[in-house]
Amino acid sequence: MFTQLLAQHFVHTALLAGAVVSVICGAIGIFVVTRGASFAVHAISELGFTGAAAALVAGINPVIGMMGGSLSVGLVLGFLSLRGRERDSAIGAVLAFGLGIGILLLSLYQGYATEATNLLFGSIVGVSDGQLRGLAVVALIVAVALATTYRPLLFSSVDPEVAESRGVPLRALSILIFLLIAITTAEAIQVVGVLLVLTLVITPAAAAQRLTGRPGLAMLLSIVIALVSTEGGILLSLEKPWPTSFFIATISFAAYLIARVIDATAPAVARGSGRNKVTTVDTPSAVELSQD
Amino acid sequence: MTGGERSIVSVEDLTLRFGERTLWEKLSFELGSGEFLAILGPNGTGKTSLLRILLGILKPNSGRITVRGQSPRCCAAIGYIPQQRVFDRDVPLRARDFVRLGLDGHQWGVSAPSRAKRERIDRALAEVGASDFAEAAIGRLSGGEQQRLRVAQALVSDPAVLMADEPLLSLDLSYQRVITELIDAHRKGFGTPVLFVTHDINPILPVVDRVLYLAPGRWAIGSADEVLTSETLSALYETEVDVLRVRGRVIVVGTPEDHNVHHVHEHERAPY
Repeated sequence: MFTQLLAQHFVHTALLAGAVVSVICGAIGIFVVTRGASFAVHAISELGFTGAAAALVAGINPVIGMMGGSLSVGLVLGFLSLRGRERDSAIGAVLAFGLGIGILLLSLYQGYATEATNLLFGSIVGVSDGQLRGLAVVALIVAVALATTYRPLLFSSVDPEVAESRGVPLRALSILIFLLIAITTAEAIQVVGVLLVLTLVITPAAAAQRLTGRPGLAMLLSIVIALVSTEGGILLSLEKPWPTSFFIATISFAAYLIARVIDATAPAVARGSGRNKVTTVDTPSAVELSQD
Repeated sequence: MTGGERSIVSVEDLTLRFGERTLWEKLSFELGSGEFLAILGPNGTGKTSLLRILLGILKPNSGRITVRGQSPRCCAAIGYIPQQRVFDRDVPLRARDFVRLGLDGHQWGVSAPSRAKRERIDRALAEVGASDFAEAAIGRLSGGEQQRLRVAQALVSDPAVLMADEPLLSLDLSYQRVITELIDAHRKGFGTPVLFVTHDINPILPVVDRVLYLAPGRWAIGSADEVLTSETLSALYETEVDVLRVRGRVIVVGTPEDHNVHHVHEHERAPY
């Protein structure tokens, strides 16, 4: 059964689509996590659902509606470039309202409920060749944008104050990164669905950050974890007819748990060789200087 | 180059208003090689705004500024040390990556690591005594160690000017001393002028050349002995202010906001 399925064209398409989406989710996830924008991703994703529901009612392609919904929220969040609690409550308010509209739109929709279910929980095995091409083109755009703005993006994400003093355009980068997050989220929705986007955009990056302090390596690990989760999830769902999204979420969560255990048990090994010396360096130098 | 060798930073007739409120008018001073200027004054008098103007981020209502004869934004030749703010534990950045951001973090495009860059980063790390934890993740270091790295990050680009905005805040006394000594040693060794915003002069009193005191609507500049006197401050505040010297410490009594007392600093910008 498993090998038979593995020979099917739609399975290959699904695996390819999963790979494309995983790479950009893993990469962008690092910026999402360092900016503390997990909740924003959730909002972008749920309002993507509202957009898709609107498209269904209007009789157009739901993917276009979803892109529209995600991008407009991303644009607004990027433009406001709010921080901390202010952003959290603003997002919460907008998200709740958007979902309310989404529910109304769904109740108005007369077509098949499976389309809505697919949006919410993902439908990777239903990806068409045309959809795969679309995913690949969009992913390429995200990858190029990330590569060309990588350092200023990293700088403005971890240390906005100093980045600004060095001439890094904070607002423009905030808009850019939220647009990229929105595009990536819309891609991920097509694989894991609205409700499980975080499993590819947050969990792999969060796990990777526990394992290394090197920015480049963290991104690579995040991509690898996303890839293993998605491809593993698709393969497992061929073996056992449970939802693919469930398997993907489970594998990425397992990776996260393992990363936390590794971090907790062997911090010196996991986070770079310098950590051992740090504790010893701190006090003596302070004491020495206060005596002279 | 009008100022010649003497003046590295030149501020001329600077005026800043926020709406109806005038923070300062005709503010003028020059900074020469290696000079250490402390910028003092209560909250809301535009200490941070002055730095932001010098960085080219904020536009003054009028006035002229040059850094090495050029307008500030053009060459980003300024090293900036902000207030210590603890990094998230899991930020994927080692100490050396953080310092590197001060070198090329503002540049677009991909770049291959180069030996020249690595050497500059190593030198900056060594200068602040951070070589031992160069490979450690920054979020796992103590606040004092992180602030050492902020100094290294500001120095790594060989800036023409160093600016620090309350860099000692929330550091313990021994680390306040470490950071002050690092900045002092650098300006002496490299002739880099320093603008140092602080609400408490005492930790830096031994190294300060001049003090710029910003009071609401007024300002004064001169040596610490000239500016931090009962006379000058009373004139600035238009009320009776006493300046006491106790065991080498300056204590100011009677300002609307006694700045010798450690109080919770009111952030002039949004918290992160």
